[in-house]
Amino acid sequence: MGISSGSFFLQNLFNAIMLGGLYALIAVGYTMVYGILRLINFAHGDIMMMGVYFAFYAATILSLSSIPAAIVAVLGAAGLGFLIDRIAYKPLRNAPRISALITAIAMSFFLESFAVVVFGAVPKSFLSVFKDRSILNKVLTVGGAKIPLLTFLVIILTAAIFAVLFWIVYRTKIGMAMRAISMDIPTTSLMGINVDMVIGFTFALGSALAAASGIMWAMRYPNVFPYMGFMPGLKAFIAAVVGGIGSIPGAIVGGLVLGAVEIFAVSYFPDLSGYRDAFSFIILIAILLIKPSGILGKKAIEKV
Amino acid sequence: MSEEIVLNIENLHVYYGAIHAIKGISVNVPKGKIITLIGANGAGKTTTLSTITGLVKAKSGKIVYNGIDITNKPAHTVNRMGIALVPEGRRIFPELTVYENLMMGAFNRKDKEGIKQDLEWVFELFPRLKERLSQLGGTLSGGEQQMLAISRALMSRPKLLMMDEPSLGLAPILVEEVFEVIKKINEEGTTILLVEQNAFGALNISHYGYVLETGKIVLEGPSQELLNDETVKKAYLGIG
Ligand SMILES: Nc1ncnc2c1ncn2[C@@H]1O[C@H](COP(=O)(O)OP(=O)(O)OP(=O)(O)O)[C@@H](O)[C@H]1O
Ligand SMILES: [Mg+2]
Repeated sequence: MGISSGSFFLQNLFNAIMLGGLYALIAVGYTMVYGILRLINFAHGDIMMMGVYFAFYAATILSLSSIPAAIVAVLGAAGLGFLIDRIAYKPLRNAPRISALITAIAMSFFLESFAVVVFGAVPKSFLSVFKDRSILNKVLTVGGAKIPLLTFLVIILTAAIFAVLFWIVYRTKIGMAMRAISMDIPTTSLMGINVDMVIGFTFALGSALAAASGIMWAMRYPNVFPYMGFMPGLKAFIAAVVGGIGSIPGAIVGGLVLGAVEIFAVSYFPDLSGYRDAFSFIILIAILLIKPSGILGKKAIEKV
Repeated sequence: MSEEIVLNIENLHVYYGAIHAIKGISVNVPKGKIITLIGANGAGKTTTLSTITGLVKAKSGKIVYNGIDITNKPAHTVNRMGIALVPEGRRIFPELTVYENLMMGAFNRKDKEGIKQDLEWVFELFPRLKERLSQLGGTLSGGEQQMLAISRALMSRPKLLMMDEPSLGLAPILVEEVFEVIKKINEEGTTILLVEQNAFGALNISHYGYVLETGKIVLEGPSQELLNDETVKKAYLGIG
């Protein structure tokens, strides 16, 4: 298969969509929290990591099969996200924004250290969660390109999760409350809405999506370790900024752009594969120079 | 004759840091009436309403609603008890549609039939809203936003409706329309606490009025009497 062939392109395209989708799932959590609180939740990538560990232990200690283990982990991560907001961020709602930001960084360190101490620093293999990988490793041929079934599965699952997310945000009452809060918190509370509950729900939702992303990530790259949330978290944050932080469609666009650049650059310029992670930063710098509010971002409205 | 009191404020003090914004006011809102609070810029009208809703905390004093002490209760709790506010500056959710804005008002209601009826009710009061249901709130004109803000508050079917300068920034003809609507809402059974700088309009439709000056009530009485009061005429009605 030559580098200029259509099937090579197709194969990369699938990989790019898969990776981009996984970034996007994490990016949505950053963007939703930022949209509401103007807070960058630096612990978000670590919540993804915790979600993967939850799945790992649900499968090993609780000996659940893979799908129930994944569901338990996603719910556990949602609860963790809610709890983190309650304990760490809620007491700082009226404090200067920098306080919450510093707390978020501390929370990130805390979760990583917690994982090192409790789960151990030695990487674990996620293969034990999905024992029956023969189906996932099956290869389908599409337009001459060989695509593993796992890739299809991840893409379809990601798309389905986003469909559910859009339904929640744009079609349900709690979603309407989330959008209202991102515009005007005091007025939302005047509508009889418990703003703290809705913010907690937002954290839970974002954390659930991060865990889902992490679990699919670990199916592809089965190394589970305490710092595994750092790079994907950082790139997802960049994706959120590139797409326009605060915008959910922006998070998807940003994720896909990052995924595409990373995959295609490395495939078509193999010499650059050592700089794989640098591409994200180059895109970030480029977008900050060209359109600081991000691809789909509105002009930055400073909240008073 | 004892009348039923919906809201009773007693010796309320409110501070913003070192600023003493409300200096011991007492206000009574009887059931079924329109009570107005008039005063110049910075008198403390908005602060009073914000304290009732729980958005601003009282330092001392008491706010009792239908016999229940609601002083410093969180805003969402106060709203759920039946108090709705039409806030200063309208505070429409700009990126929600007109319909969604109305549904925000009805957020805690479960009675689908009642919500439908109340939608019809606000469309009767403000027919223009009906044509703009799918338009974003932020794209409405100022007058339309005021209509939406009033309607949104009504959608919770409040027992006590509080309005913060609903006539502000409206064309004279619309001002009249808004005062007419307020009267109509009251005649249909809603108790109203109306804050206004337009003293003439407010006193004309209300039953009882309070005059607020730099955080203190300097005068109170039946609205008709206040309309004829020499100091009110001079300071707030621009006559005499
Ligand atoms: N958030 C705040 N921080 C500090 N001081 C405030 C704040 N809000 C109001 N004040 C002060 O409290 C006093 C009362 O303000 P308030 O907004 O209640 O007046 P108002 O009667 O509603 O005036 P207007 O008719 O202009 O709306 C003013 O002196 C104002 O400067
Ligand atoms: Mg005011």
